[in-house]
Formats: sequence, C-alpha cells, structure tokens
Amino acid sequence: MTAIIQLDRINRIYKSGDVDVHAVKDVTLSIAKGEFVALMGASGSGKSTMMNTLGCLDRPTSGTYLLDGVDVSHLNRDQLASIRNEKIGFVFQGFNLLSRTTALENVSVPMFYRKKSFGAREEKQRALKALEAVGLAARADHKPNQLSGGQQQRVAIARALVNEPAMILADEPTGNLDTQTSIEIMGVFQKLNDIGITIVMVTHELDIARYCKRNIIMRDGRIVADTPVANRLIASEEIQKLHLEQEKARLVS
Amino acid sequence: MKIFIVLKIAFLALMRNKMRTALTMLGLIIGVGAVIATVSLGDGAKSQVEAQIATLGQNVVLVFSGSWTRGGARGGWGAAGTLTLEDALSIQREVPDVVLLSQECRNSAQIAAGNENWYTTILGEAECYLQIRQWPLEDGTMFSAMDVRSAAKVAVIGKTVADKLFPGSNPVGQVIRVKNVPFLVMGVLIPKGLSVRGDDQDDVVLIPYTSSMKRLFGGTTLRSMIMEARTTKALATVQLQINNLLRQRHRIIPPADDDFTVRTQEEIAQMANGASDTIRSLLFAVACVSLLVGGIGIMNIMLVSVTERTREIGIRMAVGAHGSDILMQFLTEAVSLSILGGGLGIAMGVICSRIMANYKHWPVLTSPGWIAAAFSFSALVGIVFGFYPAFKASRLDPIDALRYE
Repeated sequence: MTAIIQLDRINRIYKSGDVDVHAVKDVTLSIAKGEFVALMGASGSGKSTMMNTLGCLDRPTSGTYLLDGVDVSHLNRDQLASIRNEKIGFVFQGFNLLSRTTALENVSVPMFYRKKSFGAREEKQRALKALEAVGLAARADHKPNQLSGGQQQRVAIARALVNEPAMILADEPTGNLDTQTSIEIMGVFQKLNDIGITIVMVTHELDIARYCKRNIIMRDGRIVADTPVANRLIASEEIQKLHLEQEKARLVS
Repeated sequence: MKIFIVLKIAFLALMRNKMRTALTMLGLIIGVGAVIATVSLGDGAKSQVEAQIATLGQNVVLVFSGSWTRGGARGGWGAAGTLTLEDALSIQREVPDVVLLSQECRNSAQIAAGNENWYTTILGEAECYLQIRQWPLEDGTMFSAMDVRSAAKVAVIGKTVADKLFPGSNPVGQVIRVKNVPFLVMGVLIPKGLSVRGDDQDDVVLIPYTSSMKRLFGGTTLRSMIMEARTTKALATVQLQINNLLRQRHRIIPPADDDFTVRTQEEIAQMANGASDTIRSLLFAVACVSLLVGGIGIMNIMLVSVTERTREIGIRMAVGAHGSDILMQFLTEAVSLSILGGGLGIAMGVICSRIMANYKHWPVLTSPGWIAAAFSFSALVGIVFGFYPAFKASRLDPIDALRYE
C-alpha cells in the first residue's frame, strides 16, 4: 500500500515568551491510502499541533513530512495553500461554513481557489455531486442558518470532497453534535472510506473513535499507542440499535 | 470569470450592512459632489471671462502712454500723453509683426441728435480699428483711410448709442453733434456686450483720431494704440520690440521707469484668470482634504470588516486561498465602495450645478475631464486606503483566523 502521509521525526517547538513549548516530539508515522484513522489524546497532548501539521496549516520545526509523495516540510505560505487546496479536505468542529451563502456556493469555495478552473458549469456539477454524496442534494439552495447542525456538517464534508483531495482531515467533526447526529456523520465518513477515501480525524470521544479502523493515542507530544480497532462499530447498525432503544423506552413509559 | 465572483463577494459584503456602507460612502459622496459642483461653477465663470476677453480681438497688443506725476499727484495710464503720432509711425515701420495699428484718443462728451442727448465715450481711431477688434457693422460702413487723413466729420456708433439717440429710426445717414460739431453717422456696430471690466462696450462713438485731435479735443499726443500681431507666437517678440523701440525714442535709460506700458492679450487673459486659478487651487485643496477624510472612513470600515470576517478569511485560506486572493478580495471591496461613493458624488455634483444654473442663472460648465478625474481619484482613494486593511487580512495566520471568535 502506498503511504499518503509519511512523517519522519517531526518536531514542533513553539516559543511562548522565554519558554520553548515542545508540542510534538520526534513523531514518526505512516498512514496508507484508504485508512480511517482516529487521532486521540487529552488536551495538551499535541494532537491539535499534529492536526495543523498534517493539514499543512503549520510547518514542523524539524523533520520531514511527505504528503502524497510531496515533501511539504519546507514550502512557503502560498505553496502550502496550493497543497491544501489540491490534497486536503478540511472538516471542522464548528462547521465553518460561510453564512448567508448557499450550501452549493459553500461547497464551491475550494474550486474557486484551484490553479486550473473547471469553468462555471463543471463547478456546479461537481458541487452537486459532492452534496449528493453526503445526501444533501435536495438542500443545495439552503443557507447555513436554514440547516440543522448535522446538515451543516454534511455540507462541510461535501466541501472537503469537492476538489477530490488525497485525504479528508476532520477536527472533532462530531464535537458540536448530539449522539444520533454524530453517528450519522460517522456513517457518512464510513461510506466515503468504503469507496477508498483516506480519512484522518481528531477526536477525544472513545466511542466515536471506534467507528474508525485505526486509533492513534498521543500524550505529551508523543505517540503512545497505535492500534487497529478490534470491534469496529458500523454506523448503520448503531443507528438501528438506537432506534430500537428509543422504541423500547417509549413502550416502557 | 473569477473577477465576477470577486465582485459578487464584495457586493454581498457591502449589502450585508447597508447603513454602514451608505455612511462610509457619504464622506466621498459629499467630497466629490462638492468638488464637481464648485469646479463646474468655476469653469463656467472662467469660460465667461474668456469669452469676454475674446471680444477684444485676436493677438491684440495695447500700448498705453504713461502717467504723469505733478506735485505728488499721479495721473492714471494715458494721462501723460507721452505717445506721439511719430511713435505710431515708427512702430509700423520697424516692428514687422505688427500687421494693423490704430492710434487711439479716448474722451467723453455730451452728444446730441435731434432732441435726444447722451453722455458717452468718444473714441478716436484709425480705419483699421474694427478689423483689429473683429467687430462687424450691423449697418452702413466704416470710415475710410481718406476720412482719417482729412479729419472728416464722420462717425460709427455703438448699439447703445444708436438706441439712445435714434430710438426707432435708422441712424445711418443722420447727424450727431459732438461738442456742437456735426458728425455724419456712417455705420452702426453689432453689439459686443460687456468688457472684462464690466463696462458696456457698445456705449461708444468712433470717429477718426485726426478729427478727435483737430476738431474736438485738441492735443497732439495719443492716449494709446491698439494693434494686431501676425500670430499668437509673435506676441512676446512684438511686445519686446515695441518696448525697446519706445525706450529708444523716448530716451529712457534703464533705471528710469518707462513712460508707457505694453500689454498683450495673453497677459490680460492671464490676469483675468489669476483669480479663478487661485480659487481653483483652493478647491483642489478642499477636494484633497475631503477625499482624505472619505478615505480614512473607508480604511476604518475595512479594518472593521476584516476583523469581523477573520473566520471567513481563515476558512478561505484553509481551503487554499493564497494571500493574494484575500488581498484582492478586500481591495475589490474597498474600491467598489469608493467608486460607488465617487459615482454618486459625481451625480450629486452634476445635479447641484444644474440646479444652480437653472435657478440662479450662474454660468455652469461641467467638463468630462473633471468627472473622469473625480472618478479615477475616488478609485485611487479606495486602492490607497483599502490596501492596508486588505494587506492585514492577507497576512493572517490561517490557524489563528480559524480559531477567532
């Protein structure tokens, strides 16, 4: 299997006043194409810094980072922006959609910054296809304030998909959602992973991590555990279980 | 393609907060509007003055005799009568670029015709005077060179004089009496209107200068001369040559003051325009200040806008926007704001000057040049004052921007 992400002795040191904060220490990691990884850890464990580094929003202080075969450790701001545009789809905890802008236009934003434009018609088709993939084609003309949290996160996932990136990077994608919606979103991710899309997500919820295929746990800037998920949860089954439980609860009361 | 989307984003951002956008533009609207209105008025007044100067003739050179000083009292220009008929002859002989020359005596007298009378200016001139002034006759003919040589008792009268002395009848062929000397009216001049100084140019009686000197007012010297140079370019040379010639003839050695003055039409126009040029530069200063204030308003609002939309900037950067993309977006917004304000200001200025033209009957001239200048200046204000906020936006760190609450 070819590696999408290849980290080699990555260090990230922040200068905070006179004190050096060593957020990531000597991390070496490889993530292959088609994997579904959960990156976990308590706050201050360095997982956010890892996430920013993986997402090419930040550069490591030392070490090399090969993303889809490209060494991105020494690129400048604009080069990193182009890499993000081509190879990474972002999903955030707070959805981060542009307000007062329709779902379709939100999904189209990454295409606007492509080096080679598709042209208006092709862009619209691609945006619609991405919305279809997350089951929201019917809401293309809705604005974020007309959508539920789960729907907004689906729009964000569609936006992440639209440039056909090498991987999707999700930062606490279920952090703002209730249990059932969280499972639904994990269902969307599982479906996308089934068709071969690599997903890396940061989460601190253990049960959410169980929907992934591989769990990496960080503490004090180091990877302390890296295990495949033994009893992987399948979103569609969990939803059914949840419905059954709700049914039971109703019968009892 | 891309520019349309950038424009659309800018437009939506401006529409999001209509009141704020309107107030920001107000600074520019008032500034540009005031400039356009006042410049239109200034240009209108200037064109009126220029039209009046043009009534003088073309490439005209005037020579006045100097003033006398007697017992501390100084006479005005022309009082001393230092110009002689020989001076006129020598100018004609030695300054080749002078194509026409008319000797001039100016006096005032009570004149009468029938039972009407009128106090007016009696201008003694040569036969070429009307050619120099480019002043056509309404009726009749000008007196001839022969009339000038023989000091004939003939006159050509201005429209005002004609109306006063001969109301309702044709003056040509009739007789006017100047100081009891009868003069035959040969022609009536076309009205020329007011001069630069504001006096009625048509309130005049033209007679041969010889007649004026010999038959009416006596004297052997000329008050002034009016002449036409061959070309506009020759004006300066002609002025210099006349100066030198008359100094030589009058034996004036440099530290002593000239007893005559040579003025060209160009100089007169410059003097008349001096005032409007001062007003113009004042207006320009006011325009700069108002545009500066408007620009600061734009910068202020753009800084607010950048802060408000930090998260949006973070999102756009995360999905691949370069710094230059963000810079362009905010610059477009600032320039749209300033161009819109400038455009509305121009419209307001034009409307205001039209209103003044219609209700106050002030001469108004709105030149497309000023409109274009105002327009490009407001665009420039947008670029200059929008640059710093846009640059600030483009340098944001995507991680911080995404985290911004």
